[in-house]
Amino acid sequence: MSEMEKILTEELYRIAPDIDVAEIDREAELREEFDIDSMDFLNLVMALSKKLKIEMPEADYPDMMTFTKMVEYLEQHSK
Amino acid sequence: MGQFLMPSLGADMEAGTLVEWLVKPGDKVSRGDIIAVVETQKGTIEIEVFEDGVLEGFLVEPGRKVPVGTPLASIVRNNELYPTTLANSGKSDSSFARSEHADSVVLSANTKPTFPAKPLDLSVEEKEGSPKKTERLRITPAARRAAKQAGIDVLSIATRGSGPDGVFTLDDVIALRSTMIDDARQQDNFAGMRKAIAAAMSRSKKEIPHYYLADTVDISLAEQFLTSTNATRSAENRLLLGALHVKVVARALEKYPEFNGHFVDGQFQASKAIHVGVAINIRGGGLVAPALHDANEHDLDSIMSAMRDLVLRVRAGRYRSSELTDATITVSSLGERGVETLFGVIYPPQVALVGIGSPVERPWIADGIIDVRRLTNFTLSADHRVSDGHRGALFLQEIGKILQRPEALKR
Repeated sequence: MSEMEKILTEELYRIAPDIDVAEIDREAELREEFDIDSMDFLNLVMALSKKLKIEMPEADYPDMMTFTKMVEYLEQHSK
Repeated sequence: MGQFLMPSLGADMEAGTLVEWLVKPGDKVSRGDIIAVVETQKGTIEIEVFEDGVLEGFLVEPGRKVPVGTPLASIVRNNELYPTTLANSGKSDSSFARSEHADSVVLSANTKPTFPAKPLDLSVEEKEGSPKKTERLRITPAARRAAKQAGIDVLSIATRGSGPDGVFTLDDVIALRSTMIDDARQQDNFAGMRKAIAAAMSRSKKEIPHYYLADTVDISLAEQFLTSTNATRSAENRLLLGALHVKVVARALEKYPEFNGHFVDGQFQASKAIHVGVAINIRGGGLVAPALHDANEHDLDSIMSAMRDLVLRVRAGRYRSSELTDATITVSSLGERGVETLFGVIYPPQVALVGIGSPVERPWIADGIIDVRRLTNFTLSADHRVSDGHRGALFLQEIGKILQRPEALKR
């Protein structure tokens, strides 16, 4: 697991402790896979942007819709 | 003398388990202070005190399950404490409380001959290293401090510790505390939550003659408003549609008060304050609908932060007693991942519930043009003993109208 995958997994665990990242479909919609609502998703974005010190504008949400896409997005933006 | 009772947190609650005390004997308490944590079928609830005074002593230890109405602690009320001459003493607040407490001991000893020694006894127990304490149980200073902090009255629970010659040690306090918390937690489980919902909903369907109305609302403007508002905001300041919904319902209720309040003892009591209960899903099963207080008086930003705080606390299993009982209406929203329409069951003693379905894209005719719009179904479940379909329809329509002018919700 890459460093960024670890960070995302950790934050997802805080929100959805009952879901095991190893068992999800990384290409499917994050919200479905982790059963999270818009408030959970906002909290996830808040936590990640704080931790990585990056802006994660709402307009970029479509680029964060799956586990894989989110990891890519975070890697690109946290340079 | 006042008593702090195991509160009833809804018609369906019969008993609760005291998890911990957040105050110590001798502490000054004011109305609204959170002083205890209680475990119920609905989760861990922070309990507020309804009197001003000084906490005299605990009557129930953490870990015990007691019926609703059981006295948990005794409180010496301010008016019982303070001789009138002290009221003008002009001392600072904290020293004021202390000196008044000391006076109360004398006062109650003089005026209540049947229990002359009781308050005195407690004030003595409060002093570190009082001889009374060591007679019963030998306890290390660190253990005593920790027990006091945790609100555990070791003296009434334990007679011997695990230290040399039965001395009660810090480890003993830690072990005792975790046993108490585990015991209390175990009693709250999924089955308990299910039972609580079953009781409340059965009562609702038995007692409340529901009627239902539905309306489709174009939320495109509301969503555009959110998108443009959030575009320049960092994540922690962004608004969600859910906050807008709460605000809209609260605003509409100002015009239609017959949907806001409680039905108690055979009659409806309209509430001046608008406390919107927000149905929040709990991972693993069940839901609760704690109140967002005075939703009509707060702007969108403060509703949003209050909501975020509420959701976090519900998920962590910790919210306040007043939040569970104060709601004057409930808003239940399916969020973005659901179906189009939600028909809710009213939470007694409330008289209405606004259900909000998931937004969908549909062809829509506006100003004679067929367009693709984002639509949401709003429903109203209301109590026919209190209101009729005509007024209900107007109330629901008002919600739709307000959503066409989202800018006006800013104030």
